Amino acid sequence: MMTEKYPFEQKSDAGKGPVKRLVVLPFRKSVEISFKSIKARFFRSMITTLSLVLAVSFLSFVYVSNDAANGLLAADDPDLRQSLIQSGYDLAPGADRVDSSPKQRWIAILSLLVCAVGIVNAQLMAVTERFREIGTMKCLGALDRFILRLFMLEAGMQGLAGAAIGALAGGLFALLNAWFMFGAAAWVHLPGVVVTGSVIKAIGVGCVLSLIGVLYPAVLAARMQPVEAMRAEH
Amino acid sequence: MDAHHNIVRVSDVTKTFKMGKVEVRALQGVSLEVKAGEYLSIMGPSGSGKSTLFNMIGGLDKPTSGKVYIDEVDIAQLDAYELAWLRCRKIGYIFQTFNIIPVMTALENVTLPMVFAGMNNDAAVDKGLELLELVGLGDRFQHKPSELSGGQQQRVAVARALANDPAIILADEPTGNLDLSTGEEIIKLLKTLSRETRVTVISATHDFKMLNVSDRVVWVRDGSIDKIEERDELSISVGQIGAREAAATGGRTE
Repeated sequence: MMTEKYPFEQKSDAGKGPVKRLVVLPFRKSVEISFKSIKARFFRSMITTLSLVLAVSFLSFVYVSNDAANGLLAADDPDLRQSLIQSGYDLAPGADRVDSSPKQRWIAILSLLVCAVGIVNAQLMAVTERFREIGTMKCLGALDRFILRLFMLEAGMQGLAGAAIGALAGGLFALLNAWFMFGAAAWVHLPGVVVTGSVIKAIGVGCVLSLIGVLYPAVLAARMQPVEAMRAEH
Repeated sequence: MDAHHNIVRVSDVTKTFKMGKVEVRALQGVSLEVKAGEYLSIMGPSGSGKSTLFNMIGGLDKPTSGKVYIDEVDIAQLDAYELAWLRCRKIGYIFQTFNIIPVMTALENVTLPMVFAGMNNDAAVDKGLELLELVGLGDRFQHKPSELSGGQQQRVAVARALANDPAIILADEPTGNLDLSTGEEIIKLLKTLSRETRVTVISATHDFKMLNVSDRVVWVRDGSIDKIEERDELSISVGQIGAREAAATGGRTE
């Protein structure tokens, strides 16, 4: 009996019929573990997220500033148009939309890129620090994808929190800026729906960036053999 | 199932590590049979290959040649899922460095293997508390590893190793980072468990306190088995421990 390939089934699950030999990690449990992991390393997580907060807040600032300017333009008031041109918006005669200038776009892309590199770096460090923990989990029966999922969830939560803070802060700052430059008119003509859309877009970009940043370190961690993982620290 | 079937069989295993351009033969043809319910110690000086052998038995590393059978299943044939299942349900690991997951409480550490095994949360918590009680940490379940002493952490590790009622407990130098009396307590705990639950205990160690409780001792030197001693032979030679220790450390290859 003991020579067939699946002798394990009969023993520990005797009486329940053949049970599939599965190792599981329920989704709720993985969220719980990831959340606790972030909480336990709160300071480090915050530093990792900080560059994301800054980059996303800049992106959100650019978006929302343009939205506010577009709102003023749509009001079709020659005075407002004049003050827009005075405050640096490049408006051709007859143009009825403000778009982000190539320079703005470049700076935004660059800041996002720098932020992505920063996240990869921070996450690589974080993963290295946790090799032993990963090795232990694998010894307890964790599959590669459990480890991957835990890291992705952590990065997703960090990304969501960081991007939300960044996008709201950037958007708020853009609105205050518009208020100072154009007075109450900026508030009156503000296209609320478009601004909300811009903020959500910035949050989305931040989340994606955070997930991309953790992908390589997490795959690296998940693929490790348990012995290597536990030896690595010494 | 008869009590004397081989739970672990190691057949002519070799392991070669590549250190840069130099090849190091950590194991050179080791064959070993371990019976169910046995308390086996693998003894040898550091660098003798006992930890490598330990990793092979535990399915943590793959042999360069030769085969390792757990319950007569060749573990080289298992895919990633089956190997994970084996580690989760069949084997409990105890390490020299305890390896308690630092961000989790004692109870969460003990219940983690049960979560992997698909047990529901309430049942896992009940059993976790029971196991912590068994190792004498019933009132410390909410503590983080940093709030526990080395001996207590190792007790948590023992409870965690027992989580899914494994057939084998593998202990790699379980007393290596503990002081004399704490180490003795852990050894006593392991012995009690092996007697009461008939779990097979295999420990790699160079702690001579282990000799007294072992059913069999495998002496490893320079990557191969030097000799295997049964319980009754051992009791005669306990008096010579000092001499053995001198021989073991004198023959060290580092």
